[in-house]
Amino acid sequence: MRNAFADELTKLGNDDSRVVMLSGDIGNRLFDAFKDKHPNRFFNCGVAEANMTGLAAGLAMNGLRPVTYTITPFVTTRCLEQIRTDVCYHDVPVTIVAVGAGLAYAGLGPTHHACEDISFLRVLPNLVVICPGDAWEVRAALRAVMKQDRPAYIRMGKKGEPKIHKGEIADFQIGKAITIADGADVCLLSTGNMLPEAIEAAKHLAEAGTSAKVVSFHTVKPLDEACLSEALQRFKLVVTLEEHSLIGGFGSAVSEWAVDSGFDTRKLMRVGTPDKFFKESGEQEHARERLGLTGHQIAERIVARLS
Amino acid sequence: MSQTSALSRTASTPDVAFLKKKAAELRGEVIEMSHRTGSAHLASSLSCLDVLTAAYWHVLNIDPAQPTHEARDRFILSKGHAAMAIYATLAYRGFFSRDLLETYTKDGGMLAEHPPANMLPGIEAATGSLGHGLPIACGHALAARVKGTPGRYRVFALMSDGECNEGSVWEAAMFAAAQRLDNLCVVIDYNKWQATARSNETLELSPLREKWVSFGWDAYEIDGHDIGAVAEALASVPNGSGKPVAFVAHTVKGKGVSFMEDDNNWHYRAPTAEEVVVARKELGLS
Repeated sequence: MRNAFADELTKLGNDDSRVVMLSGDIGNRLFDAFKDKHPNRFFNCGVAEANMTGLAAGLAMNGLRPVTYTITPFVTTRCLEQIRTDVCYHDVPVTIVAVGAGLAYAGLGPTHHACEDISFLRVLPNLVVICPGDAWEVRAALRAVMKQDRPAYIRMGKKGEPKIHKGEIADFQIGKAITIADGADVCLLSTGNMLPEAIEAAKHLAEAGTSAKVVSFHTVKPLDEACLSEALQRFKLVVTLEEHSLIGGFGSAVSEWAVDSGFDTRKLMRVGTPDKFFKESGEQEHARERLGLTGHQIAERIVARLS
Repeated sequence: MSQTSALSRTASTPDVAFLKKKAAELRGEVIEMSHRTGSAHLASSLSCLDVLTAAYWHVLNIDPAQPTHEARDRFILSKGHAAMAIYATLAYRGFFSRDLLETYTKDGGMLAEHPPANMLPGIEAATGSLGHGLPIACGHALAARVKGTPGRYRVFALMSDGECNEGSVWEAAMFAAAQRLDNLCVVIDYNKWQATARSNETLELSPLREKWVSFGWDAYEIDGHDIGAVAEALASVPNGSGKPVAFVAHTVKGKGVSFMEDDNNWHYRAPTAEEVVVARKELGLS
């Protein structure tokens, strides 16, 4: 996702002189192409995310389209008040792009994990929250947010995740979930980098005789209410998947919406990370396995729930 | 953005007598506002009013009829708790009607106790949480370079001394120096008090000018109540040094009213009707 972001941003920068890239001293060589083409629109803001975010708001107040970028907790939580007050309260078109969603950087330890950011950010008025499911969704999301005129948060995984879509997503829309595979029994609503696990879970479920629809629910705010409404009417179980805490994230957003909309919430099941810091060393695959977030584990839980 | 005419720089020599009279009127106005509404931060407003007056009536290249003109100089009241001071200043300068000052803090109004976002002409940024104004000011200053805005407007950020407690101030200071944002100017309303204590006893600011110099700025100490000197200092930006400029303006909290001066109770207290009469008399107002 990371490389797709840098490449797409360079392309956007070629076509739109308002695009300004702000890096929190991260992405060594990643932005070489952008810097090469637009040296006066790339700024390494150092390890100073509060300033980077306020600066972005000031640039956006002058008609520019700044993008702030660094590792997830630093570009979201470290500077949360700047996002809230400078960006969201002023309602200016700053795009916050985070790398390392959830446990993508599991090996770096809990300082670099990001299982709370959706919760912190989706509560902020005016902010669009997008968690792309693969590199093509990253590209499409970035293009889409640059066409709008408001604050946005794009929560990326890292680099080298499997590409789910075949190519460019021509009809990508903010707030419109994408069906990856249709199914008849259960509906898997996946946000962000959990998409490959959702597809894996559907495979295991198919082997167990359960047909699962897989949806890339890339926009957590605003929710695709039509998609949710259809899912809750049509399927016997609707499962939210996220590499994020069960407190306040995507599953919480869906649950809140279902309660407020009068749906039978017994049909809902949530998969996410527990209310704990994950302190073990090891990479993302290990962390997911330990926390029950792999496709086969998710399938087993669904089978158990249905039985 | 409508831009009906070009903006023009103000005259080079400040009219000190006019500025002093204007500052006294504004002080009278904020004292009345505080009294009417019982609202806090009167002393913080009084300490920065000479800076505001010098800026808005001598320094800034602005047209109140075109508050979003691309080439305007920007003034950001980073110490948003001095909202009464900026409201009175903007109203008297013609950005909005003075009648609006009557609605300050009233239910359903636009003039809250800290300046709002996207609501009032002349308010460049909503402030109130300290340490936000300077990063935003950096964004304004850098935008002029990125966009190649003709005339390269200047950006002024007025901060309190207590505000210099915030780490984001120093992040922004280092960024501005690294980017050589010489169209950026900070004025610190150095009244030696923060909300509940002497500022230097809370977090040590001293030596404050030297701090800014060591952070890569061209920094000066000025008397923040010598209105002519303030006007000339601010008008000198950019000053040819290629650096952002900081003015550590020595001020007195509650300036202009003998019984408020340097008495930190007036950070929160509002004056009684009798105190308003005495204060106005001291200010030479009827």
